[in-house]
Amino acid sequence: MAQSGRRPLSPHLTIWKWGPHMLLSILHRVTGNGMAILGGLGFTWWLFAAASGPMAYANFQYYVWQAEAGDLLGLAANVISRIVLIGLSWAFFQHMLSGLRHLVMDMGAGYELQANKRWSMVILTSSIVLTVLFWAWIFAGRGL
Amino acid sequence: MGNGTRLGRVRGLGSARSGTHHWISQRVTAVGNLLLVTWFVLSLAMLPAYDHAAITGWLSQPIVAVPMLLIIVNTFYHMRLGLQVMVEDYVHDEGLKFATLILITFFVVGCAAVSLFSVAKIAFAGGAL
Repeated sequence: MAQSGRRPLSPHLTIWKWGPHMLLSILHRVTGNGMAILGGLGFTWWLFAAASGPMAYANFQYYVWQAEAGDLLGLAANVISRIVLIGLSWAFFQHMLSGLRHLVMDMGAGYELQANKRWSMVILTSSIVLTVLFWAWIFAGRGL
Repeated sequence: MGNGTRLGRVRGLGSARSGTHHWISQRVTAVGNLLLVTWFVLSLAMLPAYDHAAITGWLSQPIVAVPMLLIIVNTFYHMRLGLQVMVEDYVHDEGLKFATLILITFFVVGCAAVSLFSVAKIAFAGGAL
């Protein structure tokens, strides 16, 4: 882009009246880039640890999920990584559902104001419901 | 606004010097991700345990290792495309933008290489690591 001094910018987030479609659009970007950076690193660490042997994998599990009771640093890492993991699962459901919405909109459908608002609300709610169900399933099945 | 050179127009390239390839690739990998990552999340949920033996035993099966390799290529490509859009939208200084685009490319290719090698190692070792 050519830089020609201070050109006027179009009014941005601060001026428009918020609607669910705006939140959805921003969340699509935030969840996508969040998964790309944190998810990309975490996924790679997970596979690398698994390929490096039982010791490395135990170390991965120790910091990501279950540190010893007395190890404050390890427990703090657990809290952060559990928040990240739950966040990544929500990000996946949110990004997948709003990605499906994008594919529908690419076909030229779903732009009517009421339909657009309704589907945006459905997606925002569904991603949270799916995240809760996912973790309820994980915890209930294994008593983690 | 210019319409590009004649050759560029034949190739579907306008004055932006590139066509719809990025956009199409993002959609194609998105549909791939929809299938592959949904399979991955459901598979993780169905695993009986998450210790080393359970994970490597699972990954060593061809029916798991092959989709995992596909996921790594597909998601990291999709990540590269998405990160590029973010950089292009928010990093306005040309030099910094160039450097950031190189950084995200190295990040994505590096992570993909480590992940591909890890899955291959586990699969070829037959889960005995």
